[in-house]
Amino acid sequence: MDLSQAYASMNGDLANTISLLIVALAGLILVVFDAFNNRHSATPWIAGLALFAGFLFELTRIGSAEGLVYYDMMRVGGSAAFVNVLILGSGFLSVILSAPYLKRIGHNIGEAYAMILFATVGMLVLGAANNLVTVFVGLETMSVCLYILTGFIRSGSGSTESAFKYFLLGAFSTGFFLYGIALLYGATGTMDISAMHATVTDGGSIIFWAGVAMLLVGFLFKVSAAPFHMWTPDVYQGAPTTITGFMSTASKTAAFASLILILNVALPAERWSGVLAIFAVITMVLGNVIAISQSNIKRMLAYSSIAHAGYILVGLASGTDEGYAGALFYLMVYTIMNIGAFGVIALLEWDNKEGSEQTLDSLAGIGYKKPLLGWTMAVFMFSLAGFPPLGGFLGKWAVFAPAVDAGLIWLAIIGVLTSAVSAYYYLRVLVVFFMKTEDAQSGAHETEFSVPKSSAAVLILCVVLLFFFGVTTYAIELTGSFF
Amino acid sequence: MNIQHITSIVIFLPLVGAILTMLAPNEKAIKWSALGVTVLTFIVSIGLYLGFDPAISTATAPQLADLSSSWFPGQFDIKYFVGIDGLNLLLIMLTTLLGPIVILSSWTYIAKHHKPYYTLLLILQTGVTGVFASFDIFLFYIFFELTLIPMYFIIGIWGGENRVYAALKFVLYTLVGSLLMLVALIFLGYAAGDAVNAGVFTTDWYTLVSYNMPVEMQGWLFLLFALAFAIKVPLFPLHTWLPDAHVQAPTGGSVILAGVLLKMGTYGLVRFCLPFFPNAAQEYAMMFAVLAVIGIIYGALVSRAQTDAKKLVAYSSVSHLGFVVLGIFAFTTEALQGAMIQMVNHGISTGALFLIVGMLYERRHTREMSDYGGIAKSVPVLTFFMVLSVLASAGLPGLNGFVGEFLILIGAFNSDVLASPFLIALATTGVILAAVYLLYMVYRMFWGTIDNEANATMKDLNKRELALLIPLAGLMILMGIMPAPFLAKSEPAVKNLLEVIETKRVASESVVVVAFDSEGKSTILTTN
Repeated sequence: MDLSQAYASMNGDLANTISLLIVALAGLILVVFDAFNNRHSATPWIAGLALFAGFLFELTRIGSAEGLVYYDMMRVGGSAAFVNVLILGSGFLSVILSAPYLKRIGHNIGEAYAMILFATVGMLVLGAANNLVTVFVGLETMSVCLYILTGFIRSGSGSTESAFKYFLLGAFSTGFFLYGIALLYGATGTMDISAMHATVTDGGSIIFWAGVAMLLVGFLFKVSAAPFHMWTPDVYQGAPTTITGFMSTASKTAAFASLILILNVALPAERWSGVLAIFAVITMVLGNVIAISQSNIKRMLAYSSIAHAGYILVGLASGTDEGYAGALFYLMVYTIMNIGAFGVIALLEWDNKEGSEQTLDSLAGIGYKKPLLGWTMAVFMFSLAGFPPLGGFLGKWAVFAPAVDAGLIWLAIIGVLTSAVSAYYYLRVLVVFFMKTEDAQSGAHETEFSVPKSSAAVLILCVVLLFFFGVTTYAIELTGSFF
Repeated sequence: MNIQHITSIVIFLPLVGAILTMLAPNEKAIKWSALGVTVLTFIVSIGLYLGFDPAISTATAPQLADLSSSWFPGQFDIKYFVGIDGLNLLLIMLTTLLGPIVILSSWTYIAKHHKPYYTLLLILQTGVTGVFASFDIFLFYIFFELTLIPMYFIIGIWGGENRVYAALKFVLYTLVGSLLMLVALIFLGYAAGDAVNAGVFTTDWYTLVSYNMPVEMQGWLFLLFALAFAIKVPLFPLHTWLPDAHVQAPTGGSVILAGVLLKMGTYGLVRFCLPFFPNAAQEYAMMFAVLAVIGIIYGALVSRAQTDAKKLVAYSSVSHLGFVVLGIFAFTTEALQGAMIQMVNHGISTGALFLIVGMLYERRHTREMSDYGGIAKSVPVLTFFMVLSVLASAGLPGLNGFVGEFLILIGAFNSDVLASPFLIALATTGVILAAVYLLYMVYRMFWGTIDNEANATMKDLNKRELALLIPLAGLMILMGIMPAPFLAKSEPAVKNLLEVIETKRVASESVVVVAFDSEGKSTILTTN
C-alpha cells in the first residue's frame, strides 16, 4: 500500500464524512460541557443540532454516486448516505422526544445525550463500513453505547437488569461475530468486503461458509431475528422509552445495511437464500404470535419489532436487487413508524409509571382525552399492520413482491398470514384507546398533562411522512436506484 | 364541470368532505357539511349515469376514465386508472345514493364523538367508490383495504355491547383473505408482465384480461382471489363474521355494510375472478354454486329462528347474496345480469330494512321482536315502508327483488356450466323461505294487538326519516316495474365479459406455444 499520498487523500476523505465528524465531535464537546454544566438545558440542543447538521449533509449526498473513502474502509454517498440519513434522522427525532421525557422522569443527564451521539457514530460506521474490521469497530461502538443507554436509569431495577442481560448476550454474540471474521479472513485472505467475492472459488470452502454462518449469527442477534431475539423484549421494555425508539430503529437499520452489503457484494447468492428464508419464517411467526399475548404495550412493540425484522429478512431472502432495495425502503418506513409509536408511549407515561409497568388496560379511553396522541397512534398502528395508504403497506409490498418474483411464494404467504395476525394486536391498542369506555376503569387516572409542542411536532411529522411515503413512489424509486 | 375527471370527483369528493368535517367547529356544522358533501356527490354522480353510454364498447377502455402515467416507470406498471363500464356504474350510483341516506340515518342515532364518526363515514365512501371504479388491481387493493379502517372504528366505537369483538372479527376475517389475494396479485402481475407486457410487472385490468394464463397456474390463483371475495360476500361457511358485525354496528354502519361493502365481494368475483381465471372459475363453478345454495337455504332457516330483528335481516343477507353468487357462477347472460341487478336490489331493500329496524330501535331501544307487536296501529307510515321493503326483499313480482332473483334462477337453470336443475330447484326454495321469515317478522312486530304500553305511544316517522326512506321505496317500485333501463346499462358489458371468458377459456385449453423472434417479441402459436 502506497502511503506517500496518505495525508492528501485523507484530507479529501474527511470532507466526505463530515456528518460522522460532527456527531463525534459534538459527543466529545457534550462530555466536557456536561462536566461543568450538569443537566444544562442546552445539552439536548447541542446533541440535536449536531445530528440535524449531519442529517442535512447526508441528505444532500443521497443523489451522489457511491464512493469509497479511507482506503476502501468505508463507503460514502448513494445507499450509504441513505442509511446515514435514516440513522441520523432517527437519532435527531429521538433526541427531540427524549428532552422532555428524560427531564420529566428526572434523568436528564448529559451523558445520555453523549451516549446517543456516540452510538450514532458507531451506527454510521457500521452502516457504511466496507471492511470487516470497520464493521466490527462500528458494531462494538454502537453496542457499548447501547448497553449504557439501556441501563443508565440506575434506580429502576428493570433498567439495570435489562442492561446486564443485553451486555452478556451481546458480548456472546460479538464472540461469534469476531470468530466469523477470523474464519472469513482465513478463507479469503482479505477483510475487504468488495474484494471477498473474487476470492471465493468453487462455491466457497467449508471454512468460508462457517465464517459466514458465524457472521450471520452476530448480525441476526443485532437485528433481533429469531432465534437470537431473546434479549429484545427485556431490553426494549427496560430501557427508557424514547431510547427504545432509537435503539429499535437506528441500530436495526445500521446492522441490516451492513448485512445487505455483505450479502449483495461478498457472497454468492444461491447458498444463503434458503437459510435466510427459514430465519425469516421463524422470526415472523415467533414475533407476531408472542406479541399477541403481551399485556404491556412496550413489550408488545418489542415483539412486533422482532416480527418486522422478519419482514425485512423476506426481502433479503429473495436475493435480488429489488429485494435489497425493498429492505432499505422498509427500514425507512419502519424507522418512522416505530419512532412515532414509542414517542406516543413515552408521552403516555405521564403518571410516572414507567413503561415497564404500563399495561394496556391502564390506558382505556385515552384516545378521546388526548386526541393528538390517539389519532397519531392510530396511524402508526395501521401503518405497522401494513394498511394502505400508509408507508407500512408499501413497505410490505416492497419486500414481498421481490420474494414472489424470486419464486418464494410460500414465504410471502407465510409473511402475509403472520401480518394478518399482527393486525390483531396492533388493533387491540386502538381498542383500548378508543373503544373501552373510561368509566369501566376503576379509579380513572389523572389525565392532566400537556403534550410538549416539540414532541407533538415529531409525531405529526411522522404521520405526514407515513402518508407521504404511502402514496408517493419517490423513495421506492430512490432505493431501487442504489442496486 | 370538466366531464373528464368526473369519476375522480365522485371518488374523492367525500374525502374532501372528510377534511371539512374534521375542521368543522361544532356538531351542527359537522352534520350539515357531511350531508351537503354526500348530496353533492350524488348529484355529480348523476353525471356518470347520464354520461355513460352503453352503446359504446368498453372492451378496450372504460368510459369517463381517468388515467395517470405509471407510478414506477419501467419497473412496475401500476397507475391511477379509474373509469366506468356497465359492471360498476349502478354500484357506484348505489354508493353515492346511500351516502346521504346513511348520514341522515345517523342524525340522532349517533350520540357521541360526532366528528370522527362523520369523517370516517366519508372516508369509507371514498374507499367504496374507489373499489368499484378502479381499473388497476393494485389501486383496487388499496381502496379495498382502505374501507376496512373506517368500518373497524364505526363498529368498534359506536356499536353495541359486543362491538370490540365484532369489529376485530370483521377486520381479521377480511384481512386474511385480502392479504392472501395480495400475494396472488403480485404473482399474477409478474406472470402477466412477462407474458404480455414486455417483462414489466402490470396490474392494469385490461392487460391482465388479455393474458391467457396457463390452465395449471389458474387454480390456486383463482382460489386465493376467490377466498378474499368469498369472505367479503360472505359465502357460506365464511359468513360467521357478518351477523356479529351487523348486530353490533350502528344503523348507518349496517346500511353501508349490507348496502355496498358486501357487494365488493361479489363485484370482485365478477370483475377479477371470472375474466382472469376463466378455466379455473368454471372448474370450481359447481363448488361455488353448491356453497351459494347452501348459503341461500341455511341463511333463510337461520333467519327464521332469530328473535332479534336485526339479526334476522343480517342472516337474510347471507341468503340473498347466495343468489348473487349463484348467478355469477352460472356463466349465462341472464344469470350474470340478474346478479348485477340483484346486487343493487339487495343494497336498496336490505338497506331499507336495516334503516327501519334502526328507527324502531331508536324509539324503543330493543330489537327483540317479542317486545313489539301490533305497532301497525301506532306507526302506520313506518309499517307501510316496512311491508314494502319486506315484499321487495322477498321477491314479490312488481318490486325490484323479483327481477334479480328471477333472472338469476332462469339463467342458472339454463346454465351449461352448472347443468344441475336439481340444485337450482333447491335454490328456488330460498325465495319461498324468504317470504316465510320476512313475513313472520312483520307478523310478530306489526300485526296483532298492542300488549305493551310503550308500543301504543310510539311516534311515527318524522320528516327526516321519511326523506331517507322515500328514495329507496321509489327505487324499489321503479326498478320493479321497469327494470329495462337499468339492465340495459350493464348488458353490453356483461355480454362482452362472457365472450372474453369463453374465448380465453378455449384458448387456454388448447396447447399454447410461445415463440420468440429475433427482437425478443413473443408470438403465441396455438395448436389444438
